[in-house]
Amino acid sequence: MVAIPTHLLHSAATLDNDEVRRIRNDFPILHQQVNGKDLVYLDSGATSQNPLSVIEAEQEFYEQRNSAVHRGAHYLAVEATESFEDARETVAAFIGAGSEELVWTSNATEGLNLLSYSFLNASLPGATAESARFALGEGDEIVVTEMEHHANLIPWQQLAMRTGATLRYIPVNDTGALELEEAVRIIGPRTRVLAFTHASNVLGTINPVAELVALAREHGALVVLDACQSAPHLPLDVKALDVDFAVLSGHKMLAPTGIGALYGKAAHLNAMPPFLTGGSMITTVTLEKAAFLPAPQRFEAGTQRISQAIALASAANYLKETGIARIHEWETVLGQRLVTGLSAIPGIRVLGPAAGQERIGLAAFDVDGVHAHDVGQYLDDRGIAVRVGHHCAQPLHRRLGLTATTRASTYLYNTTDDVDALLEAVSGVRSYFRV
Amino acid sequence: MSLDALYQQIILDHSKLRHGEGLASEEPPAGASCGESHQLNPTCGDEITVRLAVVDGRVSQLRWDGDGCSISMASASVLTDLAEGIEPEELRKLIEVFRGMLRSRGKIAADPEVLGDAAAFEGVARYVARVKCAMLSWVAAEDALGQATT
Repeated sequence: MVAIPTHLLHSAATLDNDEVRRIRNDFPILHQQVNGKDLVYLDSGATSQNPLSVIEAEQEFYEQRNSAVHRGAHYLAVEATESFEDARETVAAFIGAGSEELVWTSNATEGLNLLSYSFLNASLPGATAESARFALGEGDEIVVTEMEHHANLIPWQQLAMRTGATLRYIPVNDTGALELEEAVRIIGPRTRVLAFTHASNVLGTINPVAELVALAREHGALVVLDACQSAPHLPLDVKALDVDFAVLSGHKMLAPTGIGALYGKAAHLNAMPPFLTGGSMITTVTLEKAAFLPAPQRFEAGTQRISQAIALASAANYLKETGIARIHEWETVLGQRLVTGLSAIPGIRVLGPAAGQERIGLAAFDVDGVHAHDVGQYLDDRGIAVRVGHHCAQPLHRRLGLTATTRASTYLYNTTDDVDALLEAVSGVRSYFRV
Repeated sequence: MSLDALYQQIILDHSKLRHGEGLASEEPPAGASCGESHQLNPTCGDEITVRLAVVDGRVSQLRWDGDGCSISMASASVLTDLAEGIEPEELRKLIEVFRGMLRSRGKIAADPEVLGDAAAFEGVARYVARVKCAMLSWVAAEDALGQATT
């Protein structure tokens, strides 16, 4: 197996720029020039970069152990299966789950679609009696929030449309927090599913999971947590949070694209109808019907993303060894520096919590008189990579009276110099565009 | 390729003083054959609605409402100046030349004799992600023209 870089081991102190510079050496892609300037990568909220140990873990699999898993009795098949299941155990443990509760998916979007389609299948004729508790129909309600990424909105819109259930949402206030008083009013006996993001990919807000879970529990609703922006950045324990389901994307947490995970309580997963069907997820098959394996195999039809799962486990190890609490602490420093610095620039409006208020290490902002696309182009010319647009959250932007914003998002490999480079560049945007 | 080659002065000027902006600012001429088209760039949410009026075999008026980046807004403004007064067939050809230049990734030079101020968008061809921005109003005009001339 590929070793974790030794400098990551046994460090207890708070992360600082010196240690972050050592961490940066593990990320080959960061050491390049863009438009003649040193790359400043502030788009980890969209996709993060891979450390060498993760890239090597995937390469090592293909060089040494590549084979299909859960079939074949030969040496490579056994090695591959063991690595694949070890990876599951590692990633499950990383979020406080048991191995049998972690289903591999392509990404968080697929995890959320798996849930919504499984619930739809439970609502259709032919569904088993044990899946009845996932069935939705007229009079039932699905509750989401106004700050959701489209991935945690559209699958529920579709499910509501197809089952006759009603979709409701918890509004966001002007400071980017959920209106909890409204949540108390909205979540009620008709609520069957409550789906919300742990941390907003636009506002940076960290939502009060415990309060929302308590509201759902009061009325027996299932809780779905979008952990895309939390699993990579802060300590996550799905058992302690007591959510029913959670999803994450590997490429946002130092792993390659094409791999993600769905956590679900075992009792739920084993009672849910399958989403995709085919090979590897069955027990007995006749020409007329099939019986299905328990979770997680129940939801893993067809040949799986083996090397990507192994790479995701390697990424989880990298984060664990660095210390996810230390990463969160450091990104809080970067996030506050972003908000404070951006807010001080004339004509800049930062979305979400004000300086001093809790937020993850990102900030989306509007530049008065300059469209986000132009801001992004100007920053790119200076080697600074940010995201521009609606960040897959159109309803949230509409709520805030905007169509597109610029977002800078940090990770464990960003220094305060990166933030300062952004702040200096943003200071020049309005004069460049003659505003 | 410098940023200034993308954001030429003509583009920055047109993005501020937008010619033809305001669908409600002026009614279409009496007896005109009109077409109207709404186009959206789903990646960034930029959108535009173009209304085009044809009278006596000429484009007599082009008006638009839009929300977008400086490239897309300037492009609509320049298009207004070029489109008004020419024949539908000339406008169709102009749109084809503009599209060909933008999609060439810099291989086709912009001819100011043919494109006028629209030649200033030559730099956009080097930024693949921005081609849609420059084309948005032209695609809308092409659609509106089709409606107005059938």
